[in-house]
Amino acid sequence: MKKMIALGFEGSANKIGVGVVTLDGSILSNPRHTYITPPGHGFLPRETAQHHLQHILPLIKSALKTAQITPNDIDCLCYTKGPGMGAPLQVAAIVVRVLSQIWNKPIVAVNHCVAHIEMGRIVTGAVDPVVLYVSGGNTQVIAYSEGRYRIFGETIDIAVGNCLDRFARVLTLSNDPSPGYNIEQLAKKGEKFIDLPYVVKGMDVSFSGILSYIETTAEEKLKNNECTPADLCYSLQETLFAMLVEITERAMAHCDSKDVLIVGGVGCNERLQEMMRIMCSERGGNLFATDDRYCVDNGAMIAYTGLLAYASGMSTPLEESTFTQRFRTDEVLAIWREKQGSENVLVDTIV
Amino acid sequence: MEIKADGKDGSLVLVKQGAEARVFESTFVGRRSIVKERFSKKYRHPSLDSKLTVKRLNAEARCMTKARRLGVCTPVLYAVDPILHTLTFEYVEGPSVKDVFLDFGSNGIVGERMDDIVVQIGNAIGKLHDGGLIHGDLTTSNMLIRDNTNQLVLIDFGLSFTSTLPEDKAVDLYVLERALLSMHSSCGNVMDRILAGYRKSSKQWSSTLNKLAEGANSPLHISAKEVESAPWLGDLERSSPHYGEAIPQIAWY
Repeated sequence: MKKMIALGFEGSANKIGVGVVTLDGSILSNPRHTYITPPGHGFLPRETAQHHLQHILPLIKSALKTAQITPNDIDCLCYTKGPGMGAPLQVAAIVVRVLSQIWNKPIVAVNHCVAHIEMGRIVTGAVDPVVLYVSGGNTQVIAYSEGRYRIFGETIDIAVGNCLDRFARVLTLSNDPSPGYNIEQLAKKGEKFIDLPYVVKGMDVSFSGILSYIETTAEEKLKNNECTPADLCYSLQETLFAMLVEITERAMAHCDSKDVLIVGGVGCNERLQEMMRIMCSERGGNLFATDDRYCVDNGAMIAYTGLLAYASGMSTPLEESTFTQRFRTDEVLAIWREKQGSENVLVDTIV
Repeated sequence: MEIKADGKDGSLVLVKQGAEARVFESTFVGRRSIVKERFSKKYRHPSLDSKLTVKRLNAEARCMTKARRLGVCTPVLYAVDPILHTLTFEYVEGPSVKDVFLDFGSNGIVGERMDDIVVQIGNAIGKLHDGGLIHGDLTTSNMLIRDNTNQLVLIDFGLSFTSTLPEDKAVDLYVLERALLSMHSSCGNVMDRILAGYRKSSKQWSSTLNKLAEGANSPLHISAKEVESAPWLGDLERSSPHYGEAIPQIAWY
């Protein structure tokens, strides 16, 4: 019997990706292309969508070629339904509808946040961790309970990645490969810690005030030679990540869980991983984290999560294959988690 | 301020270890006392860590004394040490409400004592909330009954903050309700009796209890205050038996 294969499309932000995976989590191909704007600028929905349109077809061809499969081998087509920016989301949704009708394959709509979690779990082997999902658009502390991924804490305004990206614009750091990566590299040279606001409210965090504060004070501090850009990056990272580790620890105490999984684009940051590792070891648990191949948005995570749902009997009719900017993590019924015990058995029989 | 000044009797015996603090039993100038130490988090930058620890230490001390000013009994604060990050306060002799209720659960309820305790709990929370103080961690283990006087003493203001929002007050009560349901369901409907005491002592109970009911039931309702100022509601609604009561819902169509 052949393995179940899914083709996944991700285009919720500035990355367009196509991935081919099998149900046991092996990635056959996972090409992606990132829309990189000049330093000091962010990505706007319309231009991002145009970028995705330009690259999606070559990406599909390259994904199929690398995976050495033909459209006939595919079991289902998975795409990001949301959350994300409307215009870029539309690109993947339309391409999937067209391909579904040309190739006569079922569609599976996937929640972007859940896809990050499932990808992190299969790559690291974490069984039932508290998940910190940190990216440019989302900041959530999540744990699985009774059929759903429940949100225990989250940002009440902007995402942590958004805060870092926008500060990178203030310093006109390069957006290649990502503003967050360049902040991380610069922060390694920082020496002086500058006091910034610290906003934790119960299990929630808030970043917009910190951004406003550092945006307004940075210029003057730099002009008066009070600090270097590296010091600012270092202090911002230390403050933001301390807040994230604190709310994760609260959620762990609440759920009585010892392990943590970090997913999402900001999850590649090695300083965040280091801080989280210290906290976990103090509590006698383990940190599970991945590198930029899996942390950053990609097609394979959508394909894998869609395939989990498809293998449990879920698919999306053409009429319902829409996209939405607002799609909360806890709206998804994670039926494959209930069958967790039988999942491995299923893989064995299929192989 | 130096808590160990009295040398020989300043020994510390660990009572409890939490995520952010350790609690010790000790003596302070010859009196039996509790020392609560906030320990440092190694993952944080040292200067950020000490800033946060001192800020939270001060906040806890302020909230504890504010509660006393509002007429709610709390342990007497003896000392604050911003260097060692410790609070030293009075050791309250007596069982926690949790122990009392668990005892009621297994050995039968003593009606008179129960009545006294629930009224005191409702009173205390009502006074805190009217003064704009939210306890933040209302559980039965954070309430003690002083021996001899049977006076209720609230402890652990580590998560307390000041707020006048009905939402914050309602969440405070909701936390207590969840705690009661999970621990003391054998004692009957304690929460309703606590709320009755709350209603008596609080002048702003109406908006708070409406918010509490909103969390538990549907969001489709209006508060009693809104009913009074709503011209589109006839006398029928106003004269309904539920008018002015918080828990029964007045639906908004």
